[in-house]
Amino acid sequence: MTKDEIRATALRVLGDIAPEADLASLKRDVDLREQRDLDSMDILNFVVGLHAAFGVEIPEADYPRFATLDGGVEYLTARLAAGVRR
Amino acid sequence: MPILGADMTAGTLVAWRKQRGDAVKRGDIIAEVETDKGLIDVEVFVSGVVEQILVPPGATVPTGTVLARIREEGPAPAAVSQPAAPATAPARLRISPAAKRLADELGVDPATVSGTAPDGAITREDVERAAARPAAGAPAAAPRGEADRLMRMRQTIAAAMARSKREIPHYYLATTIDMHRAMTWLAEENLRRPVTERLLYGVLLLKAVALALREVPELNAVWRGGQVVQSEAVHVGVAVSLRGGGLVAPALHDADRQGLGNLMRSFRDLVQRARTGGLRSSELSDPTITVTSLGEQGVESVFGIVYPPQVAIVGFGRIVERPWSVDGTLVSRRVVTATLSADHRVTDGHRGGRFLGAVDRLLQEPGRL
Repeated sequence: MTKDEIRATALRVLGDIAPEADLASLKRDVDLREQRDLDSMDILNFVVGLHAAFGVEIPEADYPRFATLDGGVEYLTARLAAGVRR
Repeated sequence: MPILGADMTAGTLVAWRKQRGDAVKRGDIIAEVETDKGLIDVEVFVSGVVEQILVPPGATVPTGTVLARIREEGPAPAAVSQPAAPATAPARLRISPAAKRLADELGVDPATVSGTAPDGAITREDVERAAARPAAGAPAAAPRGEADRLMRMRQTIAAAMARSKREIPHYYLATTIDMHRAMTWLAEENLRRPVTERLLYGVLLLKAVALALREVPELNAVWRGGQVVQSEAVHVGVAVSLRGGGLVAPALHDADRQGLGNLMRSFRDLVQRARTGGLRSSELSDPTITVTSLGEQGVESVFGIVYPPQVAIVGFGRIVERPWSVDGTLVSRRVVTATLSADHRVTDGHRGGRFLGAVDRLLQEPGRL
């Protein structure tokens, strides 16, 4: 799976959680919570959605990697490349 | 039309989920109504058969209006309505002197007002609602935009909060709680749980509040019709911010009786429905206390305003590292400020202090929550 495909899937998951968010204008390197007023429940749902989409186990200690879209995509790219799936 | 908020005066019947002749049981969804809090599913409070549909889809009617009649399992027919809001005026008009004076001032005919006091008497709140409500049978509201929804929600919040500050003599307490054990336990617990079952820190707070209410039941009540009405179950309201602005505080039912895993699932479901629609009428009318947390916004202390007819609101700030004395040694600890704003007509600071003390103690034993 390419980085662009991972990003597209992550955006779809985010869209499911916050359907009113304008994803087209999302800044990839800016904190998602600040950009889209997400809270800890949203972040948990985001991680659950990514887990379902990619089959990657994401420990709670790694949640900060998903503060930005770019950070999350980098993390997933590395985990998928290493073949780390649940 | 059930009263789903302190200052809700009317609602629009959007759709019927049951039709004449359908059998219903307590808790079934019978209709969908639009309110300032969004689309709400109206539950029935008796089991029986729908005998009459009285309000057509699209109609906006005042709270207290009978929407349908259900023939109860038994001999006598019964009206479907919020139990606290009798659908029809009592045969003999009962109204308090204060409410009568207010009715005169506002030009409200008491004969057109439904009393909500336990004996059916008309209260000041009933008169205020009647003065603000649109005429019965008003045409259906036109589809409203997001800006309009927001404006109406702000008006609703403004009315409820202004009434609270006007009528409720608040007292305020605060305490600092050592969160070291709770956060350490939570991190270890979440390592064991699959991602779909992980707990949020907030669910520990909710459970601790629910269990503390068992210990200090005076705070598990509502103030209605000039008196305290005790709740038999523990239904904790959770303040949920809505993305477009505004907030809603639906109940987590029986929060004290749910294990943390189940409570977390209920919490996730409740937040999702609060933001996307599908809250139930009982979830808006049942809370006796609200829990609000602004820790994620960086706030250290939250002193809330009680949402009538509830009797208290508990606030949690953000977790911060502070010097903390443990057995005479100064260490760095994660702590949180918990506050209580409560109705002094119902409880005193002594009971409020015991309540916050119980929350603190319960959070020191997270494995037992």
